[in-house]
Amino acid sequence: MAERCAVIGVGQTVCKSKREDVSIAGLVREAAVMALEDAGLGFGDIDAVVVGKAPDMFEGVMMPELYLAPALGAVGKPMFRVHTAGSVGGSTSLVAAHLVASGVHERVLTVAFEKQSDSDAMWALSVPQPFSAPLLAGAGGYFAPIIRSYMRRSGAPRDIGMMVAVKDRLHALKNPYAHLHLPDISMQMVEESIMLWDPLHYLESCPSSDGAAAMVIGSEKAAGSAQAATGRPPAWIHGMAMRSEPTMFAGRDQVNPRASRDCAADLYKQAGITNPRADFDMAEVYVPFSWYEPMWLESLGFCDEGDGWKLTQSGATSMVENGDIPWNCSGGVLSSNPIGASGMLRFLETALQVRGLAGEHQVDGVRRALGQAYGGGSQFFAMWVVASEKP
Amino acid sequence: MSPKGSFPELTSGRRPVGVVSFAQYDNVRREDARNEVEMLLPVVTEVFGNIGITKDDVGFICSGSTDYLIGGPFSFVAALDAVGVWPPRAESHVEMDGAWALYEAWVLLQEGEIDAALVYAFGRSSMGDLSQVLAVQLDPYYLAPLWPDPTALAALQAQAMIDTGGGCGGACAAGARRSRKAALSNPKAQVAYDRSAEALLKEDYAVAPLRRHALPPLTDGCAAVVLAAGDKAYEWCERPAFITGIDHRIETHSVGARDLTVSPSTRVAGEKAGVGAKKVDIAELHAPFAHQELILSAALGLGDGVSLNPSGGALAANPMMSAGLIRIGEAAQRIWSGDADRAVAHATSGPCLQQNLVAVLEGV
Amino acid sequence: MSEREPVTMMDATTRLEYVFTAGVAMSKNLHGYEQGKFIGQRCPKCKKVYVPSRGSCPTDGVATDEIVELPNTGTMTTYCVVNVPFAGQSIEIPYICGQILLDGANLSFMGLIQEIPIDEIRMGMRVEAVWEEPEKWGPTLASVKYFRPNGEPDADYDTYKEYL
Repeated sequence: MAERCAVIGVGQTVCKSKREDVSIAGLVREAAVMALEDAGLGFGDIDAVVVGKAPDMFEGVMMPELYLAPALGAVGKPMFRVHTAGSVGGSTSLVAAHLVASGVHERVLTVAFEKQSDSDAMWALSVPQPFSAPLLAGAGGYFAPIIRSYMRRSGAPRDIGMMVAVKDRLHALKNPYAHLHLPDISMQMVEESIMLWDPLHYLESCPSSDGAAAMVIGSEKAAGSAQAATGRPPAWIHGMAMRSEPTMFAGRDQVNPRASRDCAADLYKQAGITNPRADFDMAEVYVPFSWYEPMWLESLGFCDEGDGWKLTQSGATSMVENGDIPWNCSGGVLSSNPIGASGMLRFLETALQVRGLAGEHQVDGVRRALGQAYGGGSQFFAMWVVASEKP
Repeated sequence: MSPKGSFPELTSGRRPVGVVSFAQYDNVRREDARNEVEMLLPVVTEVFGNIGITKDDVGFICSGSTDYLIGGPFSFVAALDAVGVWPPRAESHVEMDGAWALYEAWVLLQEGEIDAALVYAFGRSSMGDLSQVLAVQLDPYYLAPLWPDPTALAALQAQAMIDTGGGCGGACAAGARRSRKAALSNPKAQVAYDRSAEALLKEDYAVAPLRRHALPPLTDGCAAVVLAAGDKAYEWCERPAFITGIDHRIETHSVGARDLTVSPSTRVAGEKAGVGAKKVDIAELHAPFAHQELILSAALGLGDGVSLNPSGGALAANPMMSAGLIRIGEAAQRIWSGDADRAVAHATSGPCLQQNLVAVLEGV
Repeated sequence: MSEREPVTMMDATTRLEYVFTAGVAMSKNLHGYEQGKFIGQRCPKCKKVYVPSRGSCPTDGVATDEIVELPNTGTMTTYCVVNVPFAGQSIEIPYICGQILLDGANLSFMGLIQEIPIDEIRMGMRVEAVWEEPEKWGPTLASVKYFRPNGEPDADYDTYKEYL
């Protein structure tokens, strides 16, 4: 019963640790204007604006979308603000797409951003809450023990994480928008970097970035007009799914959460995916800490449980090594992490790939791609499938 | 035509979605003993219990809340414990009043993959100094550094009404009197009394020209609603309050850049939702300040025959982030009971009515 | 008028004070610390024991009223070594953050591990709580100084693998 919808415009800013050259409004407009231009549209053509970002403590402004309404051309229109922790960029994309798939709107502008240099990101993530021990030191402190559990469960060799850290940064060298450009990146460089939360080295963790991402999502009709006007094809959305589970409960599998598996199963059914490794030509997956690549490879069904590290080790996920299932050709979250935008960057990169517009980090002949974002304590999942052909 | 019951004509959307259950916390000035999860638990239990369903009967869960109110990032995450999101479920959250979480659920229900959704919202104004917290909800470069609290901004709006010859003092007192008296019959109301308009007009100014009676109370509270689509609505409710129209709009942010005496976003949202298409029996308007009820009812074109805020509205209880959702619930209740056939429910967000949502509910 | 540099940064220091409510369930847990005890709650439906208690079972969404007192011993299921400085940090780095599964509980919680060299830490270590002096006990987890190995042989992987 859902209407066909597609990504018809993509925009993103250069991600840096501090975008001191723009205000918050300037940052989001940069991405929004780029997306509109890509779609051959102006602000006046947009029916609704959906904004997504993570905790407002990252900028020190409560509900900043209210202040951003005029900057995003939203005056007189419906405006929405999604917040689902780290997966927010992904779920925001889905909320925007549903506005079109449901027939409510024809063209929706969706923007996700974080200007986390305005505040203190580490503090904003771990604002001391009374009644709980002040032990956590950022997201890494939460995920490192889980990674250790995966290493134990799978028997993976210790250097797998570092391989991912190197691969994603090599990919980033071909992405002018990525935050980290480390041309000297190597296994040795990663291993020599400080051990932040054992077993994670500093260079196995994501940076803290300012950045914004935007997309214009349109109906089938809008997609036809955009292609006619610009010559650029749309990225058709073939499936969308969201799942959540509680952060902490007895018997929870934190390494391979059921919400992730259920979300993927629902998505694959919608999009007709039976063999992810073969059916997808590439994937953009939320890997903020290196070891999450092998973990998500398993959870998303690209290999059997316990074999994720083997897939990484074989080079299958590396564009540089001409792997058959490159992951995170943009450099991924490991190379740019404006938290509120990171999920949307994953989704928009898949759109760029199936449209053939990813520039230097384009994989040849991408027809179908998977976008995935997760957040919270690995409990919120948002995923989609885009393809070059109509569903 | 459904075998169970018929559906009203829709102005918005393509699939009839009904509000079939509603529950809210006892609105209080300060909830000291229970935290957000413990407040939500009985409300969620009640909203399901009212119609004999469980969490397994809903395909989507959406909530509204804001981190800055609760003093910590990701504050909505813990609230999930009140629902028990297991097995994993499609779930989302908006950093907005629950009325917008309801909108997101309504959109998803239009597509036909799911038939029911749970919507909830919560917020405890007592945790921080709400005036200071809301000052951070402003343009960080030009407005927030002045620390204008919401009452001062609302007072600017009321003064603008007086300056342009619009009524305020007497009309506000009359409206506040009506709301607080109606609240006496609302078991969930926090502030309720029967005082004459004359008595109210003798009160001191809080921030001129607003007197104390024109201000909302500070409230800790939460609320939940169940939405059901198509035949499912009739399975769970004898007379569902169908959402025949729903729309929301936002205006520019700066209070100096717009005419505060009118609410064009409410007017447009009301038109898109089809408010004026048929007779309106009641309107639950989310007007935290008494003068705003005048602005909103004018924007919606509500005549004298419409009963405004029979629940007492936000003047009776103003739990941040759920007050808008509660307007929808209160309107729905009166449709279920047969007290009204067609109701308007409104929710607002941002300084001086910057953003507004309007829903039209009908019972068949 | 002389040329002036455009303003590119402004300091918008904000201070907001909040009063947090522990909640009914957490209060019981905190009062337990005042008496040198770990207090958890059991879910009437799934029978799992949660410590600290939060008042509601996260999978069933029902109130967890049954109080359960837990011992001082448990298994450290997994851990990480924190080496990153950040604003508001109160413990000297590097330090070990371990997930402590008290005997009888069905959910682990994060605790500080001490009295063991960092390179000797292992998953599955048996640990015990080291409390402050009784006069220092208060309604806070800080009544527990830290957890330390208690000398028992490491727990069998199977006994805690589902808690990872």
